[in-house]
Amino acid sequence: MATLHTRASARLMMSPAVILLFVWMIVPLAMTLYFSFLSYNLLTPGAHNFIGFTNYYYFLTDPAFLTAIGNTLLIVIGVLLITVIGGILLALVLDQPFWGQGIVRLLVIAPFFVMPTVSALVWKNMFMNPVYGLFAWIARGLGLTPVDWLADVPLFSIILIVAWQWLPFATLILLTALQSLDGEQKEAAEMDGAGAISRFFYIVLPHLSRAITVVILIQTIFLLSVFAEILVTTNGGPGIQSTNLTYLVYAQALLQFDVGGASAGGIVAVILANIVAIFLIRLIGKNLDR
Amino acid sequence: MGSISLSSVRKSFGTTDVIPGIDLDIEDGEFVVFVGPSGCGKSTLLRLIAGLEDTTGGQILIDGKDVTAAAPAKRGLAMVFQSYALYPHMTVYNNIAFPLKMDSQPKDVIDRKVRDAARVLNLTNYLDRRPGQLSGGQRQRVAIGRAIVRQPSAFLFDEPLSNLDAALRGTMRIEISELHQQLKTTMVYVTHDQIEAMTMADKIVVLNAGRIEQVGSPLDLYRTPANLFVAGFIGSPRMNMIEGAEAGKMQAKTIGVRPEHIRLSPTEGAWSGTVGVTEHLGSDTLLHIDADELGPITARADGEFAVRSGQRIFMTPDRARMHRFDEKGLAIR
Ligand SMILES: Nc1ncnc2c1ncn2[C@@H]1O[C@H](COP(=O)(O)OP(=O)(O)OP(=O)(O)O)[C@@H](O)[C@H]1O
Ligand SMILES: [Mg+2]
Repeated sequence: MATLHTRASARLMMSPAVILLFVWMIVPLAMTLYFSFLSYNLLTPGAHNFIGFTNYYYFLTDPAFLTAIGNTLLIVIGVLLITVIGGILLALVLDQPFWGQGIVRLLVIAPFFVMPTVSALVWKNMFMNPVYGLFAWIARGLGLTPVDWLADVPLFSIILIVAWQWLPFATLILLTALQSLDGEQKEAAEMDGAGAISRFFYIVLPHLSRAITVVILIQTIFLLSVFAEILVTTNGGPGIQSTNLTYLVYAQALLQFDVGGASAGGIVAVILANIVAIFLIRLIGKNLDR
Repeated sequence: MGSISLSSVRKSFGTTDVIPGIDLDIEDGEFVVFVGPSGCGKSTLLRLIAGLEDTTGGQILIDGKDVTAAAPAKRGLAMVFQSYALYPHMTVYNNIAFPLKMDSQPKDVIDRKVRDAARVLNLTNYLDRRPGQLSGGQRQRVAIGRAIVRQPSAFLFDEPLSNLDAALRGTMRIEISELHQQLKTTMVYVTHDQIEAMTMADKIVVLNAGRIEQVGSPLDLYRTPANLFVAGFIGSPRMNMIEGAEAGKMQAKTIGVRPEHIRLSPTEGAWSGTVGVTEHLGSDTLLHIDADELGPITARADGEFAVRSGQRIFMTPDRARMHRFDEKGLAIR
């Protein structure tokens, strides 16, 4: 399609943007890598000595590290499960013609526009507060003891909050995929004797597989680095029960002023994220090339 | 085994009456073709029979049983869609097996039936492919295969050949006709292509604006069109319609004569005119003639007929094969 000449000029045109993006990415990464090998604590000014892998050693042997990895994965998996399953169900409902469809669709998308800190605060104070929260009120109304969500099931609460934020995204993508399903295919299946459930599993779900893959890939990238919701609600606690990797790095850098250790943690997080990405692409990426 | 009968079937979408009321009997084993201009309600009528649309009124009987309210799958019909509607993520084998699987038939029975159908339709070598890896004609055959494995009491086709090129359309036309002769199952076929209608049908139903204009065998419709609409619709090139004094001579509002029923001569004839465009089709030559007060007339001559544009020419219609119509457009017999 493109001749040698047009390709060369295309590269030339693109280069400013690509170079800018590349520098934007590479400079912080290089500096983080550099800091991670230094003894660099904000409380001990003076020379920053090169200390090799010591920072990594302390970060990786920190008992909080394994817990944080486990929590990170739980958040990713939990939120993915809720948003993908919930998103499919919501998309199926929203795809049906009903009165007020436009407004309902708009409302469903709304949570996506709320800032993470704001939505976390709303959940913390309006819903999950054990004294005046909505859930506590419902529980008392039913004669049950209110649950102190953020203290008793902190990780689950975080998952709920984050899932609430990402559900609209999943719903929206899956809804558009659903609408692109050829109506004649559904009718053909209907004539072939497939009931509603068979139609869903044999026709609709395979059609959605690509959209589901996109939802999983995009969400995983963001869910690996959930932070604001934890900071605003549980501060990683009680103890380290709701600390994920991002929050652990934050705690290291800004609560213990250990820049070197936090940098080492950051690099570890980058490596882990890449492992997850490779794993995901291997597992479900084949859905994308068709 | 596969008779379909419609009595005063109506369909409206909102306030628009798409089908104001149709009575039609389709006998077992018949090949019935619905033709009509675009938007006249052919697809809608077929979908009503299939059960994909609810009727607004009237009754649909299949084999004498009232199925007006029955689900599509319960009617024992199979449909081939214009877009083929194959399942893209399934192999050809699974596509054809799908209706049997939904019917919970045993695996070995399914396998036998699918392979039989594939053999009939020359698909044996493609069973492992996905629809995306097939040509248009092969996809069409898969869609037909999916329909025949169910052994339905009738097949419904909605413009199944309109996405194919002319040569392939010719082949598929013959294949479908052969299939009909083999299976002897009722087939209802929607098309706007006259050639398909004329060559395949036992019975043609001409529709216009949701109404049946005429029902009959292809030759019936060609020889004795019931009204102006059918006369103009069946036959290609269209019948010449002449009004005015010439029609008055034959005690009619309009008279019609087909291009192939006009004898041409350079020296003598009943009418005369100037030759405009000539189209040489090889076997025939079509002449578009400006016949003075009669208006434009199309005539068909044999392929060797020597004629120049601008030449004066004389025409003699075959009186025995002329059609007369009254003020309401109905044929006078
Ligand atoms: N779902 C619908 N809602 C409203 N009007 C419809 C609907 N489906 C069809 N119609 C109308 O009904 C009329 C008949 O449509 P139909 O599809 O049966 O035409 P057709 O004869 O199959 O035409 P074509 O040869 O172009 O396929 C059209 O005027 C169309 O606009
Ligand atoms: Mg149609």
